[in-house]
Amino acid sequence: MSGARVAQAPGGRRALGETGHLLLTVAPGALWLLIFLVLPGIYLMSVAFMTNGPYGQPQMPLTLDAFERLAGYGILGWSPANLYTLLRSLTQTLVATLLVVAISYPLAYHISTAKARWRPVMLLALVVPSWTNQVIRTFGWMNLLAPGTPLAGLAESLSLIPPNMGLYPSNIAVTLGLVYNFLPFMVLPLYAAFEKLDISQVEAAQDLYASPLRTFWHAVFPQTLPGLLAGVVLVAIPAFGMYVVSELLGGGKHMLLGNLVARQFAGGANWPLGAAGAILMLLATFAGLYVMRRMGRRLGGGNEVVI
Amino acid sequence: MSETSTASAPPRQDLTNRAPAAARSAAAINLEGLHKRFGPDSVALDGVDLTIHEGEFFTLLGPSGCGKTTLLRILAGLESPDAGRLTLGGRDITQVPAHRRSVNTVFQSYALFPHLSVRDNLAFGLRMQGVSKAERDARVADIARFIQLGGLIERRVDQLSGGQRQRIALARALVCEPNVLLLDEPLSALDAGLRGQLQVELKRVQARLGMTFLFVTHDQQEAMVMSDRIAVLNGGSIQQVGSPKDIYERPANAFVARFMGHDNLFPILDRDGVRLNTALGALTVEASEAELSETSGEGSLLLIRPETIDLLPPDQAGTNCLPARVTDCLYRGSQAEYRLDVGDAELQAMVNNRGWQLPSVGDRVCVSVAAEDLVTLAGEAGT
Repeated sequence: MSGARVAQAPGGRRALGETGHLLLTVAPGALWLLIFLVLPGIYLMSVAFMTNGPYGQPQMPLTLDAFERLAGYGILGWSPANLYTLLRSLTQTLVATLLVVAISYPLAYHISTAKARWRPVMLLALVVPSWTNQVIRTFGWMNLLAPGTPLAGLAESLSLIPPNMGLYPSNIAVTLGLVYNFLPFMVLPLYAAFEKLDISQVEAAQDLYASPLRTFWHAVFPQTLPGLLAGVVLVAIPAFGMYVVSELLGGGKHMLLGNLVARQFAGGANWPLGAAGAILMLLATFAGLYVMRRMGRRLGGGNEVVI
Repeated sequence: MSETSTASAPPRQDLTNRAPAAARSAAAINLEGLHKRFGPDSVALDGVDLTIHEGEFFTLLGPSGCGKTTLLRILAGLESPDAGRLTLGGRDITQVPAHRRSVNTVFQSYALFPHLSVRDNLAFGLRMQGVSKAERDARVADIARFIQLGGLIERRVDQLSGGQRQRIALARALVCEPNVLLLDEPLSALDAGLRGQLQVELKRVQARLGMTFLFVTHDQQEAMVMSDRIAVLNGGSIQQVGSPKDIYERPANAFVARFMGHDNLFPILDRDGVRLNTALGALTVEASEAELSETSGEGSLLLIRPETIDLLPPDQAGTNCLPARVTDCLYRGSQAEYRLDVGDAELQAMVNNRGWQLPSVGDRVCVSVAAEDLVTLAGEAGT
C-alpha cells in the first residue's frame, strides 16, 4: 500500500529542490518495492495469462486456460477438487482465526492485568517459540499428534477419532498448527489495546448503569476493536496462504490453496495455473481486507479503524 | 418537608427548573460504621459514621491516603465495605451493585469514552437505563445548553481541552439526574485560573439544581469556597464535621487546625480558671469550664489565628495584651504578615493594611487578641 504513496509523492513541481530531496529519501524504499514486489507481481500476472508449455514452462499465446483449469475444467471435464481446496482454505482460515481470537482475547486481558513484573515474562513466553523455525515447530506437532502419543490416546479414549489413527494427518491437525503458529500475532495487538484501556472507563460505565456484560460490550470491546482487527489481518492473511503447516500436518491429503499453488511451480509443473492460483489468493485477500475495513468503520462508531 | 424528588420514585423533572432544596432535613446518604481495609496494614476507613442531607454541597477533605476517595468509591459501588451499612434516601444499598445505584460520579481522570462522540458520551447513562431515543436526544440537548457546550456535541473526546472535558464529565453524570452526584477531585488536573472559575460554576450548578453533591478534595481553600458542610478525614476516620466557618475557626483538634493551615499553636503549660499559661505568656480565654477541662489536659494546645491579632503601641495594657518585638515583616499589599517574638515563642500575625503606619522590624509592639478568638484544642492523639 505504501507503494501507491511513493508513486504519488513526486507529483508537485513547484519546489524542485524539495521534490528532489523527497525523491532521494524515498528512492531506496521505492526501488526495493519495485524490484521485489511490483516487477514480480507484474510478471506473475502475465504468466497467469500464458499457455502451459510441454515442460510446464509458460509460453505464448495469451489465453484464459489457467483460470479455466483453476475453476475445475480439465481435459477430463469438470472436477470440484480445486473448488474444495479453495473452500477448505477459507474454512480453515475462518476457523483458525476464530479460535485464535477466542484464545487470545482472554489471554491478552489476563496478561494486561497481571502484576507489572510478570507481564514481560508472560509476553516473552508467548513470543519465544516463534524464534524457532516454523518447519521445526510443525514437525514437533507431528510428534505430539502421531498415533500412540498421549494426546492421540486421549482423543481415542474420548472416541473423537477411530483407534490407532492418531490426530495427524488430519484437518484438525492443520487447524491446530495454524492456531499455534499465529497466536502471538493476535495476542500482541490485543495486549497493546488492553494496556491502553483506562480502568476508570470501566468504572464509569458501571457508574452509568451498565451491567457487567454491557460494560464490556459498550465500553471495553469497542476500544479493543482496532487491536482485534489488526490481529485478524495479521492472522487471517498468512493463514490463508499457509503452506508449511498444511503440507506437514495435513499429510498431503488436506491441501490448502497455498499447497495447490506451490505444487504447480514444483512437481505439478504448470506455472500459469500456479500464477492464476496466486492471483486468486491475492484477490481474496483484498476482498477480505475491504470487508474488514467496512466492518471496522461500522463497529468503531464512525471512527477510522486503521488496519 | 423537602420539595426535591425522593429516592423511591424520582419523577423526571426539567433539570433547570428543579426546586432548590428548601429544607435540609432529609438524609440523602447515611453511613454507619463503615470499615475498609486493603490488606493487613492498610486501613482505608476505620469506622465512619456520616449523614449527608438532601440538597447539600458536602465535601470530604483530607490529605492523600486519608480514605476520602475510598469512601466515595464505596458510595458509588465501585468498592464494597468490609463492615458497615450504607443507605441512600432511606434505602439500604450496601449490597447493591454500582450499575443499580442512583448515584453518578465525576471521575478525577474524567473517564470519558474515547471511542464515542461527546453526544454519545452524554447519552451513555440514559441509554443504559433504557431511556427512549427521543427523550435521550432532548435531555442531552438540554444538558449541553445548560453547561454551555452545545457547540461541541459532535466532537470527539480527544478534540477537547481539559476544561471542556471536565464539563462534559460533569454533564454526563448530571444528565442522569442522580439522587447524589459524587465528584472525585474533579478540578485537580486543571490550572489555577480555570480551577477557580469552575469552582464558582460548579457551586452555581449545584445551587440551581438543588442536587446533593458529595465532593472530594485535598485542597482546604477549595473545600471552604464550595461547601455547605465539610468532613475532615484523617487515617480513615472523621476528625470533624461542620460548616467551613466551624472547621476553620473552631477546629476540633490539632490535626484539623494544622490541615486548615494554622501555624500559631502553642502548648498549654498550666491553667488557672480561664487563664492559660503558654510560652507566649498568660492569656485569658472565653470558654466554659467543661470545655476547658476537656481541652486543657496533657498535650493540649492553644490556637491563635494570625488574622485575629492586633498590633498596638507598646505601652498598652489590658487583657490579652502581650509585649512583643517584630522580627520579620512581609508586605503583601492588602495585608502584612508579621513574625513576632512574644515571651519565649514566635507568633505570626496578619494585619490588614488600612493605611496606618505599620510597625517595622525591630519595633516593640503590644500583641492583642480577643478572648473569644482563642481556641483550645485537645492533645494530638494519633497525629
